[in-house]
Amino acid sequence: MQHTKRAVATGVALLSAIALAGCAAGSGTEGSTDAATCTPADGKVTLEFTSWIPGIEDVAAMWNEENPDIQVKVQTGPNGNSGTYQSFFSQLKAGNAPDLGQIEYDALSSFRVQDGLADLSACEDVVAAEDEFIPWTWGQVTLGSEDGVYGIPQDSGPMALFYRSDLFEANGIDVPTTWEEYKAAAVKIRAAGGYITNFSTADINQFAGFVWQNNGGWFANDGEEWTVDLTGDATTQVAEYWQELLDEDLVSTYPAWTEEWNNAYNSGEVWSWNSAVWGANSIASGAPDTAGKWSVAASPQWEEGGKSSGNWGGSSVAVFKGTEHLYEATKFALWLNTSDEALTALNKSANIYPATTDGLNLASLKEGVEFYGGQAIYDVFAEAASQVNPDFVWGPTMTQTYADVSDGFQKAVTGQGTLLESLQSAQESTISTLKAQAIPVAE
Amino acid sequence: MSMLTLKRGATADDLNPRGPRESLISRGAAMLIMGVFTLYFLTPIWWLFIASTKDRGDLLTTAPLWFADWNLFENIGDLFTYDGGIYLRWILNSIGYAGLGALLATVFAGMCGYALAKYTFPGRELFFNVVLGGVLVPATALALPLFLLFSQVNLTNTFWAVLLPSIVSPFGVYLTRIFASASVPDELIEAGRLDGAGEVRTFFTISVRLMTPALITVFLFQFVTIWNNFFLPLIMLRSQELFPITYGLFAWNTQLNQIPELRTYVLVGSFLSIIPLIIAFLMLQRFWQSGLGNGSVK
Repeated sequence: MQHTKRAVATGVALLSAIALAGCAAGSGTEGSTDAATCTPADGKVTLEFTSWIPGIEDVAAMWNEENPDIQVKVQTGPNGNSGTYQSFFSQLKAGNAPDLGQIEYDALSSFRVQDGLADLSACEDVVAAEDEFIPWTWGQVTLGSEDGVYGIPQDSGPMALFYRSDLFEANGIDVPTTWEEYKAAAVKIRAAGGYITNFSTADINQFAGFVWQNNGGWFANDGEEWTVDLTGDATTQVAEYWQELLDEDLVSTYPAWTEEWNNAYNSGEVWSWNSAVWGANSIASGAPDTAGKWSVAASPQWEEGGKSSGNWGGSSVAVFKGTEHLYEATKFALWLNTSDEALTALNKSANIYPATTDGLNLASLKEGVEFYGGQAIYDVFAEAASQVNPDFVWGPTMTQTYADVSDGFQKAVTGQGTLLESLQSAQESTISTLKAQAIPVAE
Repeated sequence: MSMLTLKRGATADDLNPRGPRESLISRGAAMLIMGVFTLYFLTPIWWLFIASTKDRGDLLTTAPLWFADWNLFENIGDLFTYDGGIYLRWILNSIGYAGLGALLATVFAGMCGYALAKYTFPGRELFFNVVLGGVLVPATALALPLFLLFSQVNLTNTFWAVLLPSIVSPFGVYLTRIFASASVPDELIEAGRLDGAGEVRTFFTISVRLMTPALITVFLFQFVTIWNNFFLPLIMLRSQELFPITYGLFAWNTQLNQIPELRTYVLVGSFLSIIPLIIAFLMLQRFWQSGLGNGSVK
């Protein structure tokens, strides 16, 4: 028996050695090409583009028809955090990443830190395109740097307040314009048997959107070191506000995107949702029975008459390091995210809300939406888009930060600890994660 | 695994209905526990079936465990036509990966296990122990190294990227070795040799038959493992024409916020995707059962 055990151990050691050898062999190939120059290739080029946006292959087909020399092959997969980012990282390690990839703003830093992104500022067209984009979306792709550009903004998620106009009206409650009024309304709604909104512990992005609206920030990068500040004044104010609502049982706490959550909205138990522009579709699909009863207003403000909006979500099209066709890749990415035809098609097939200033005036975004009682809801979001603070920066280890904050929030809604405490502990774990990955942190 | 434990503990009494009788209480308790477990395992499937028959509105608003309007066939029709019938393609892919992969895995594991059981050669135990070590390494841990290896030979994002790793079954080698040493008598192999059959012929004509229950078990295990394998395709594949059904449904599921109709397709698709597994089990189960009986009554 002793003998067998030792042999098994040898076997395991052997296998792991083989596995490690595999890793080492792969990592040897990375970083072979450095800063590519932005010049057109001779002859026909085929680009690989990985994206999970539904219907994007049809949009690429439109491009392919008009540009026989730059053909784009679309590959797809689950959305970023559900697997495609993992797949990008392994492809980068193996040196066979696609030319272009869909990357959400909050993940761009991770790819940048792993040296996976091509700097697009080598291309004149890209630099010239800056003015076409909503300023804060451009801030997201420069990652706070002076002259680097690491992606072309694709969509944005300005936030506003979805609310059940029929219920607010029937109960004589005014639509809140400040967070203070929002809380007062929450008390009245609770008395009427409903909840003003649902506080989801999983959607740290939504919480970040609230902080963003309050002109707070969690990360900063001076080019050398990262600063982490999950517990600044703005964040603390937001955390304490929601803690009060939770403590007084004024909000429900269903896990987001589940059947219970849908049902809470569908049955009229929950009356409002301060969410991003794409939330319009979530409500329409999750609460079909409430068609025609919703409206959209600007987000409640911290100060009376304030004009500030948060953002939740949005993504960019990045070019991966190692591509041989930087010029062609940026040509396509710019067309995809600035041309009227592409933006209209993306908006139709996947509710993509453009990141360009012109894009906000697309004909398809000017129409009234039936589900919202015919209100032209995108006008509200267009205004919100212009009120988003451009300086918000995401950190390079967001997956871990989200997970830690979310764990803490889950405990907080069951009465163990508070939102602020979970942010404090996430602050510490984020700093240690950064250090563990040898990313410099300013203390 | 269950098969081995059963085999070891089983006596003729277990299979004989006129064996010693237990008390009413212990029998009742056993039935109760089994009943609870049956319910536990069947309820989700029942829910899935019910959900597949509803349209999107009813799904949220009607009782989750009972029928509303019957929409199953429309749902299936929509599912099969969505995105150019990609779902059918995924089903075929899964059948290809799992069927072919399990078949090859069974043949290789069977040959390997048989060789380990019936031939003596230097390093046999070491080899077997290395294979046993392989049982302990989770497939997930190997996916990334495999991806890097496959990248070197430009095989990622191909059918082979999922098929080749699937034809290795360390557990199958282990199982067939144990089974072969117990169920294939040396005398029979010698008789074959005396009659002039080569080793390969002896294996395929005589030994394989004796090993059928073990081989069926390996096939079923491997079939289910490949069918449910998720991480490997996730790492290896980028073109949706190559996705197996699990990965395809998962990809849809992550797009629910953008395309709400997908919710119905994911549900119906999941429901349909378990049918091939059920068929495989029902078809192969009798070989399996008869094997159990054979082994225990000597």
